[in-house]
Amino acid sequence: MRRRVPRIYVPRDSAALSVGADEVAEALARAAEDGGLPLTIVRNGSRGMFWLEPLLEVETPEGRVAYGPVSAEDVPSLLAADFHHGGAHPLRLGPTEDLAFLRAQDRLTFERVGVTDPLDLDDYAAHGGLRGLREALTLSPEQIVEIMVRSGLRGRGGAAFPAGIKWRTVLSAPGDPKYVVCNADEGDSGTFSDRMILEGDPFVLIEGMIIAGRATGANRGYVYLRSEYPHAEAVFTAALDSARRARLLGPRVLGSDQAFDLELRRGAGAYICGEETAMLESLEGKRGMVRPKPPLPALAGLFGAPTVVNNVITLATVPIVLDKGPDYYAAYGAGRSRGTLPFQLAGNVKRGGLVEKSFGLTLRQLIDDFGGGTASGRPVRAVQVGGPLGAYFPDSKLDTPLDYEPFAAAGGMLGHGGVVVFDDTVDMGKMARYAMEFCAIESCGKCTPCRIGSVRGIEVIDALRRGERQAHHLTLLRDLCDTMLHGSLCAMGGMTPFPVLSAIDSFPEDLGLTTPAERSRTSPETSPER
Amino acid sequence: MYSVKEPDAGTPERQHRPALGAQPEPGVTLEIDGVSVEVPRGTSVMRAAAQAAVRIPKLCATESLEAFGSCRLCLVEIEGRRGYPASCTTPVEPGMRVRTQSPALAKLRRGTMELYISDHPLDCLTCPANGNCELQEMAGVVGLREVRYGVAGKNHLAAPSDLSNPYFSFDPSKCIACSRCVRACDEVQGTFALTLEGRGFDTKITPGDTNFLDSECVSCGACVQACPTATLMEKSLIAAGQPDHAVVTTCAYCGVGCSFRAEMKGAEVVRMVPNKLGDANHGHSCVKGRFAWGYATHPDRVRKPMIRAAITDPWREVSWDEALSYAAAELRRIQAKYGRGSVGGVTSSRCSNEETYLVQKLVRVAFGNNNVDTCARVCHSPTGYGLKTTLGESAGTQSFDSVQEADVVMVIGANPTDGHPVFASQLKRRLREGAQLIVVDPRGIDLVRTAHVQAAHHLKLRPGTNVAIINALAHVIVTEDLHAKEFVAARCEPLDLAKWLAFIREPKNSPEATAETTGVPAETVRAAARLYATGGNGAIYYGLGVTEHSQGSTMVMGIANLAMLTGNLGRPGVGVNPLRGQNNVQGACDMGSFPHELPGYRHVSDPEVRALFEAAWGATLDAEPGLRIPNMFDAALDGSFKGLYVQGEDLAQSDPDTHHVTAALEALECLIVQDLFVNETAKFAHVFLPGSSFLEKDGTFTNAERRISRVRKVMPPLAGLADWQTTLALANALGCPMHYAHPSEIMDEIARLTPTFKGVSYAKLEARGSLQWPCNDAAPEGTPVMHVDAFVRGKGRFVITEYVATSERVSRRFPLLLTTGRTLTQYNVGAQTRRTLNVVWHDEDLLEIHPHDAEHRGVRDGDRVSVTSRAGDTVLRAVVTERVQPGVVYTTFHHPESGANVVTTENSDWATNCPEYKVTAVQVAVASELSGWQRRFTERQEAQHGLVALRVRSKP
Repeated sequence: MRRRVPRIYVPRDSAALSVGADEVAEALARAAEDGGLPLTIVRNGSRGMFWLEPLLEVETPEGRVAYGPVSAEDVPSLLAADFHHGGAHPLRLGPTEDLAFLRAQDRLTFERVGVTDPLDLDDYAAHGGLRGLREALTLSPEQIVEIMVRSGLRGRGGAAFPAGIKWRTVLSAPGDPKYVVCNADEGDSGTFSDRMILEGDPFVLIEGMIIAGRATGANRGYVYLRSEYPHAEAVFTAALDSARRARLLGPRVLGSDQAFDLELRRGAGAYICGEETAMLESLEGKRGMVRPKPPLPALAGLFGAPTVVNNVITLATVPIVLDKGPDYYAAYGAGRSRGTLPFQLAGNVKRGGLVEKSFGLTLRQLIDDFGGGTASGRPVRAVQVGGPLGAYFPDSKLDTPLDYEPFAAAGGMLGHGGVVVFDDTVDMGKMARYAMEFCAIESCGKCTPCRIGSVRGIEVIDALRRGERQAHHLTLLRDLCDTMLHGSLCAMGGMTPFPVLSAIDSFPEDLGLTTPAERSRTSPETSPER
Repeated sequence: MYSVKEPDAGTPERQHRPALGAQPEPGVTLEIDGVSVEVPRGTSVMRAAAQAAVRIPKLCATESLEAFGSCRLCLVEIEGRRGYPASCTTPVEPGMRVRTQSPALAKLRRGTMELYISDHPLDCLTCPANGNCELQEMAGVVGLREVRYGVAGKNHLAAPSDLSNPYFSFDPSKCIACSRCVRACDEVQGTFALTLEGRGFDTKITPGDTNFLDSECVSCGACVQACPTATLMEKSLIAAGQPDHAVVTTCAYCGVGCSFRAEMKGAEVVRMVPNKLGDANHGHSCVKGRFAWGYATHPDRVRKPMIRAAITDPWREVSWDEALSYAAAELRRIQAKYGRGSVGGVTSSRCSNEETYLVQKLVRVAFGNNNVDTCARVCHSPTGYGLKTTLGESAGTQSFDSVQEADVVMVIGANPTDGHPVFASQLKRRLREGAQLIVVDPRGIDLVRTAHVQAAHHLKLRPGTNVAIINALAHVIVTEDLHAKEFVAARCEPLDLAKWLAFIREPKNSPEATAETTGVPAETVRAAARLYATGGNGAIYYGLGVTEHSQGSTMVMGIANLAMLTGNLGRPGVGVNPLRGQNNVQGACDMGSFPHELPGYRHVSDPEVRALFEAAWGATLDAEPGLRIPNMFDAALDGSFKGLYVQGEDLAQSDPDTHHVTAALEALECLIVQDLFVNETAKFAHVFLPGSSFLEKDGTFTNAERRISRVRKVMPPLAGLADWQTTLALANALGCPMHYAHPSEIMDEIARLTPTFKGVSYAKLEARGSLQWPCNDAAPEGTPVMHVDAFVRGKGRFVITEYVATSERVSRRFPLLLTTGRTLTQYNVGAQTRRTLNVVWHDEDLLEIHPHDAEHRGVRDGDRVSVTSRAGDTVLRAVVTERVQPGVVYTTFHHPESGANVVTTENSDWATNCPEYKVTAVQVAVASELSGWQRRFTERQEAQHGLVALRVRSKP
């Protein structure tokens, strides 16, 4: 019996590339050629275990076996150890699926990421791809919308608005054409799940968008991609080409009477264009500036037409909902947060990476059980969840369940699922300043609280940190936060106060605030809940 | 309180026009601060509040622009809603309960204002906006008492000003980045010259990578109008300070007839601001009306009457009495010597209805003949003839607002962005909303492709082939069976229709057959015809590119035929719309300024009509039509016409074939010119009667949409008499006294004698703002759309429009066709605009020539070139551009020394003698020096300036 040509998986994900995956693949190919050794190298997505990247996998009769982190210099010894047949080597990690970090996850949206060749449509179909779409093509728009509502899937971009309800609005909105817009302007610090889908399983997004189009009466889609993702752009562009060639996109999707095509548009480096209305402006070729709502984009979105605007993860989750049914998906989760969220563990953490998990585990479980604590080995002092506008949680809040409602009740927000960990060397005064600075750099400049407030915020925090007229500046800062919180046009200015106020309240000593009066709790006189 | 500010409801009005026969949609009722208010659906909470007399603080909102939501001062509380929605961007909902004041809102507003002021100079007392600054006012309204951020923070206080525009300054240190200027440029003007640059705190307004003067800005003033601070501000206001009162009046430039508020300080104009309540312009303006009014007090204004025995004599300042007695004595002497018909008068489309009415009355009563004509002779006389013949009334059929309901707009021989800019902005807005555009023009006018506007079809025809094109369009519609058969059957004369249908079907009228003549591919004509016939409401707008041809009247009738054929008449959104060049072309024609017609377009040969006027005027009227302007010139040259009274018109510069015109003027024994300036014609005059500008008199103008609007006196006449008073005094001196104490009495007489004006009075104009004639018992509120149920003449008449090529053809000697037009910043002969800072944009007339033709002749951009026709030659500077097609050259005619009319010929419209300005065969060659005519012009100009400068002064 002839042995099969060994298949080696070397990720093409940006995280792997940043630590030398291309060099490893090249060294492997060269060595194989030099040694007359037949090898098939597959450039897959990442499994999301970044501390192990470049993580090589080898197909064996027992399943895929992982090696990592591999550098180009390790290649000769690996080959010498017959790693391409699963041979023993110090970098051998054992069967991939058995790795605790993966085994403990609930991989639904990410079921194929790292497993398949992202640009092989057959591989995609062989691993469950297109089943959701085929199902959707047998259903009416109303039926698809109903399934989406029942699944409980909420927008994964941050606002967590029920996707099915949004789709229903677009479906019932009068207008032709309608559009599906995918927000791939993943700009939150410490987030990468959108990118991993685009680079690791692009067809699932295409499939999800076609289903969204069928469900809402839209025949045209746009993916708005941030400019900082060149690899994602390359993979997704290639995926679009093969999808068109395979008639997955076009006037007759998979031979049906459904027409759908989509276009990739690259942003120009503005965080604010991740805000859905600013993104629509940008897509229309205008300055990326926030639009007031109403009108809702669902009614008057891109070019004034009814538009579905969803995040990459939301749309990439649609196929599995259609394939396995709404109840299957809704069986995961906790409370009103149904399904899973791909958490992105970053910052000062021992095992950073992607953790797709059912809602409901605590922040501490995520950091300790998956992340293994801090990379520095020092105690965790603060955790920021939900991007640069998320609150900083001190240790006392780490037992908050990762579930939209309880998390919000604790003063935080899950947002897009980014989790950034800081150890006890962090200067929270600096972090408070950074929040304002981020806002000042990224503000679109439309509304006054954000445009001027963020700059004044930096100045006031600087004065506080210098110890100047602390009572005066603290009052001023709280008033400013109040103005930004309630007066800003969009969430950018409206949420910038969250990290600032949480830093003041939880870590007052870092801002030189020591007296009880200065520590007084935040109580904005104008509360939003009235 | 010195403020002349107007109320501003913050966001635009929402109107819901019910479909024909449908019930009007019920409004939305809500409660604001306990006050119940009902407003149309789609209205903002802010506007609803204004209606309920509840004032909500605001900075970025103004009712001329769509809501933006950036300043965050207008936040309110709405029961059952989270947070603080912005009232400008929140539409009303039934039963909504809104609170506009609470401690939380007060704190938020103060917090936002504190941020604004932390980046704003605190020089309020010396700021030019002091007394009319919305930021200052809002700081007061929200009760800002301190700025705790101090002054050491990041700011824009050192940002340098841009003073490049002659009329307004841009001081970014005072900018609050509200975007009102950017939005005004986009939404109102449609030029998109301004933008926001940079992010966050660095966000700034910019006219692109340049200053305002060199940018795409067209100085319409919309941004200045919209600015809530001193950032964009009129230099005249910076110099003068805030006005103390405002008077509503009507612009004296083009036929759009914009309503303005003259903001005054005593008798000095501080600025002209477009009137939001203006029915023609809705608060918009262009660079001419908004800024170019300085000519009114220019030092060149003549302030005392002058006389001289010969045109080589120095002028002598005299009293009004002496000037008028001299003029009257000369006219009577000439009539005694050469006969009653040896004198005449010319009225002007720039003068008021009342003034023109008086001049034609003077000619008919005191001169005792019908030798009166108007400068409309040289512009829109074919419109009068053509529309009267086909539809029954010598006027456009629609309101400007009608364009808001048009689906397909055809612009023929007009350049609205330059000639009628305020209408062009309204048109562009409609085009941005999705209406389709067809341009029929030999030249690539801006509308063919400009910001967010692109013509679906540009029929780039050869000059002089209009009729062939209009016939081809009609041919396609008829032969492809796209015409409105029910409409024409019900509304038009069947016999004429049948004859016309047979004519238009003839293969010679097909686009394929005419393509060689017109130069327009048949497929383009077919596509345009299909679009116009089937694209919904089709509206035609045309200008002098239609009328100023040997077949001008034929073309006007061809347009009327096309509109009738497709049923595009008698409702909003359609129609035949002549764009009138001057402020009162329509009115001057209405007022009986023609040698064959009494006021209201009634022929002098009609004994009944004559009897009516004879009874009213107490005089016997001549039943024979008098001389048209070109006839007057011919008669002057043959010695039978010797005396002429010209009010407000510059024949020597405007009329074609200058050699001929000036020879005729030189042959006159008494030329009386009444004008603001010693214009080209006055250089041949014996009596100069100083005129009064539109700021110095009461009266009315009638714009292109038949809209009669008031002109109001804001300052006393510089020379002591308003023009109507001067004509009265001349009548007196001629022994035919007329008795009017005020122009309103003249209008009362017009209304008594003219059926279409029966319901017009100053009192009614005061109450309604403006009125569109016919205004009578049948239509007491006026008539926005004409020919609704039937045409004025009863059944519409199709007239056969055989294409006859003009005799003016290219030849070996004259291989190019010269056509002419206007530019945005100058107005006609330029007597006014050349005496303003508008010369910054256009200080000489240039010759546009296609690169191909330029290459052939070795002409480079900026070269001096001679332009020679069979009539004469002149020298201009060349611009090499693809705007013109090969074989066609183009120039403007705003500067007398350009001598555009030295080149134009005596050819004219077969029906009305309207000159064929738009087609002259010429040759172009590189030239080293000015033409002979130009050298003589310069000599005469210097001599005449000397005779004015050396005038014998009367005692003050």
